[in-house]
Amino acid sequence: MRTTGQDQKKVYNLSQRLHVDVPLLIGILLLLALGLFIVYSASGQETAIVYRKARSIGVALFGMFIVAQIPPLVYRKWAVPVFVLGLLMLVSVLLFGHVGKGAQRWLDLGFIKFQPSEIMKLIVPIMIAWYVSQENLPVKISTVILAFILVLLPTLLIAKQPDLGTSLLIASSGIFVIFLAGASWRLIGVCVGLASAFVPILWMFLMKDYQKQRVLTFLNPEQDPLGSGYHIIQSKIAIGSGGLEGKGWLKGTQSQLEFLPERHTDFIFSVFSEEFGLIGVAVLLTLYLFVVMRGLWIAVNAQHAFTKLLAGSLTLTFFVYVFVNIGMVSGLLPVVGVPLPLVSYGGTSMVTLMLGFGILMAISTHRRFHV
Amino acid sequence: MSPRRVVIRNQSAEANLFARRAFIAFTGVVLVVLILFGNIYSLQVESFEKYQTRSNSNRIKILPVAPNRGLIYDRNGVLLADNKPVYSLEVIAEDVDNIKASIIEVSKLLNITPERQSKFFKSMKQKRRFKPVELHSHLSDQQVALFSVNQHKYPGLFVNARLKRYYPFSDLTTHNLGYVARINPKDAKKLALAGKSENYAATYGIGKLGIERYYEDILHGSIGHQEVEINNQGRVIRTLNYTPPVPGKDLILTLDIELQMIAKRALSGKRGAIVAMDPRTGGILAMYSNPSYDGNLFVHGISNTNYNKLRNSKDSPFVNRSIQGYPPASTVKPFLALTGLEENIVTASTEVYDPGWYQLNGLPNKYRDWKPWGHGMVNLTKAIEQSCNIYFYDLAFKLGITKISNMMERFGFGDYTGIDIHEESKAIMPSVAWKRARYNQPWFTGETLSVGIGQSFWTVTPLQLAQALTTLVNRGERKIPHLLKAKSELIIEGNGNAYHQLTPITYEPRAPLKLKEDSHWEVVLNAMHNTAQKPTATAYAPFKGSQYDASGKTGSAQVARRKQGEKYDAKTTSENKRDNAMFIAFAPYDKPEIVVTVAIENVAKGGGSTNAGPVVRQIMDQYFGDRVITRQAHKAKPIVDSAIKTIPQEAD
Repeated sequence: MRTTGQDQKKVYNLSQRLHVDVPLLIGILLLLALGLFIVYSASGQETAIVYRKARSIGVALFGMFIVAQIPPLVYRKWAVPVFVLGLLMLVSVLLFGHVGKGAQRWLDLGFIKFQPSEIMKLIVPIMIAWYVSQENLPVKISTVILAFILVLLPTLLIAKQPDLGTSLLIASSGIFVIFLAGASWRLIGVCVGLASAFVPILWMFLMKDYQKQRVLTFLNPEQDPLGSGYHIIQSKIAIGSGGLEGKGWLKGTQSQLEFLPERHTDFIFSVFSEEFGLIGVAVLLTLYLFVVMRGLWIAVNAQHAFTKLLAGSLTLTFFVYVFVNIGMVSGLLPVVGVPLPLVSYGGTSMVTLMLGFGILMAISTHRRFHV
Repeated sequence: MSPRRVVIRNQSAEANLFARRAFIAFTGVVLVVLILFGNIYSLQVESFEKYQTRSNSNRIKILPVAPNRGLIYDRNGVLLADNKPVYSLEVIAEDVDNIKASIIEVSKLLNITPERQSKFFKSMKQKRRFKPVELHSHLSDQQVALFSVNQHKYPGLFVNARLKRYYPFSDLTTHNLGYVARINPKDAKKLALAGKSENYAATYGIGKLGIERYYEDILHGSIGHQEVEINNQGRVIRTLNYTPPVPGKDLILTLDIELQMIAKRALSGKRGAIVAMDPRTGGILAMYSNPSYDGNLFVHGISNTNYNKLRNSKDSPFVNRSIQGYPPASTVKPFLALTGLEENIVTASTEVYDPGWYQLNGLPNKYRDWKPWGHGMVNLTKAIEQSCNIYFYDLAFKLGITKISNMMERFGFGDYTGIDIHEESKAIMPSVAWKRARYNQPWFTGETLSVGIGQSFWTVTPLQLAQALTTLVNRGERKIPHLLKAKSELIIEGNGNAYHQLTPITYEPRAPLKLKEDSHWEVVLNAMHNTAQKPTATAYAPFKGSQYDASGKTGSAQVARRKQGEKYDAKTTSENKRDNAMFIAFAPYDKPEIVVTVAIENVAKGGGSTNAGPVVRQIMDQYFGDRVITRQAHKAKPIVDSAIKTIPQEAD
């Protein structure tokens, strides 16, 4: 037992020096590995796709490792200029952005094309955490209002692209900071009220037709089973027909026979549920819950208000991915393009998520040295 | 942005606040996870069966599999109707981007006629979604190869292989077998009404005429099913389950194809029909109508040009003359003589004086005999031998139309014989009631005289004549003329052994025709025997030198009405108004094995004896194995039962 304890200590020290949070890493790696298996099945057993996913996992892990080496308080120093730069990039996307699939999301800098909205997923919580941690917590109302404005700016710019999924994630990341910073319950109540009032405005002025159609389809998918309701119906059939134990890996008929749309990206959860059943779903949700628990544990144990708020926001935003994705493929929410985090195929959003986990690891491992 | 000031932080208060909020957030997360899980639970556990069913109906499709149509053989096991693989080019419009361009391009490649193209576009308009439409019904091997090489250029177009009917004897058997052709909307409606639509779901063709139509249900078989898994494109991924179709039963006919060939040759260049029947059973040995046409043309879907050519031909090849009415003329004299005996109008020895004409009391019309100077004193036997009209005018007058038509109806004239093809005509056995119904006129005695020599309104089909003659030679025992001899069914035993089980068809005899005096049969039959055997009699010449003891009766039917006293000369009469030649015969006299009736239209010279007689002779010579085609080769063939067992069959 003593030797084991000593070994644990050694591992602990090593992980501290490498700035790696071992439990978080284990959770992440398990989800990534699961993702590889399901993508293989969902892509119709195409090894090329699995290889590409493995490669972006490698890149993302490397990025996470690098970010983890940066002391978290560095972000505080750079929060404002980076935020301003991010806003400028979002504006330029709208002005000169590259159009793909009917939405302007990409910025072409000549040597690289990238989505500024992805970077904003990290910049916004850093900015808001910096802003509200200027003062003692709990936050004052005036701070909350200003913080809200800061959140709203990028959210609206991204919603205009249009990218409802990302703007939703960015808005939540800011709101989580404000919530964790102790905004009064009364204020939260007022905000919820205002948000509901905002819905008709969103519907009438900001949402594009295809987004409205998605919402309508969500409300009644069977209305047009071969048209826009097709995705949701086929997804529910896939999940439901999986039953308790599932049809088995590579044996899901809905996915293998291509009745499911977007099988290896947004609708990968349906493939997973069909092939692994309710038992598989329970395992997957447990894994996600574990990652969220660890993230919040890191946040609670962070030594500084800024790092606490940042860690908490990143963790909860990660969970928003899970909720929105599973909610939409199982018919609880309208279809918004949010991937199942770490599992779906698709490099960009995974890299962003992993960089976020890098920040979490930095917060978890740098605290003893930079108080 | 915000004022730079030193904040004195209450670290533990902040930590407590944050921990509280983090805990609330975590509680929220757990709650949401439970909601998500609960929703998945309701989908996967509570609604499992519903979604499993929907998932299966997504991917599983039941495809109908057409049964192989039963084959048709002649009495000696010679194949008359076969199934041959043919390749059709079909199009699923939903899979084609630009249908018009694709069709035009592929038509150029495969040399498909504009007629087929326009037919395709026409049927395109009334098809169901994702149902293939045929562009070409029978591609040649070369076309199949050419298309296969270029197939990638034409998504939505594919070659489909199926079995189609093939009649190796072509026009020789068409009037008997009919043919199978594509199920048209009218057929489909009929099938639906009979509740057979499901069984025909995969079937391409249906029997349209003859045996193919009459025995459609036996020949068709029962549909099979293939349960397949499909993807979202509807493409078949694999077979999950297979219920094989039950093939249709094979039919063995009473026809002798070699006798049929002789019949065709004997009638070549003539319009007419031959029926040869076995009087012991009623089985048709040969039944041929000339000219005929190739049923294979219809199997593939006949072109308009070909169809119009056949339809507009003045020789009417579509008409099956063996079951259409002709004026019987003198061929019915034996039956009329029998009626006279039966009704006690005459006895075998009753004599009538024939001066060459017959005149009704007080009427100016003279009814002439074919021999201008008459036959002198004539009794029944001589009247038949010489085909004396005056004797039969007198007999008919004494009998009256009612007694004649009553008796003739007992021989089956004026009614369906019941042969197993649907196209049969009843022909006309005139009577007082018939004339009233048909023309709303009374019956005239003069018409009775014409009936006495098989003219007037009276028509009979060659088949009816054969049937009546059968009754005569059987001394009243009546048979149902038929073509089907036996059914053959493929039986597959549990151990995989397959064999054909032959079921002979038995035909219930009809109620016999009973005479008051059995000796009357002999009088008439003997007269017919004399007619063929006595050198002075009318049917002697055709059978001169034959060795099978034939009996017969000739007939020359007047087709066009002639004026009183007008003299008939074939040379000066237009072709379609010339006399028909008729002949009925049976052999051998004791225990007859074959009856033959022949009708030949509009002969150029002579009558029944010179035109139809030689035809009968050829049939009988063939039947009795004298010459033409050697009987030896015929006999070397195995009899029906064993011949059938050697037919190769596929296990499925």
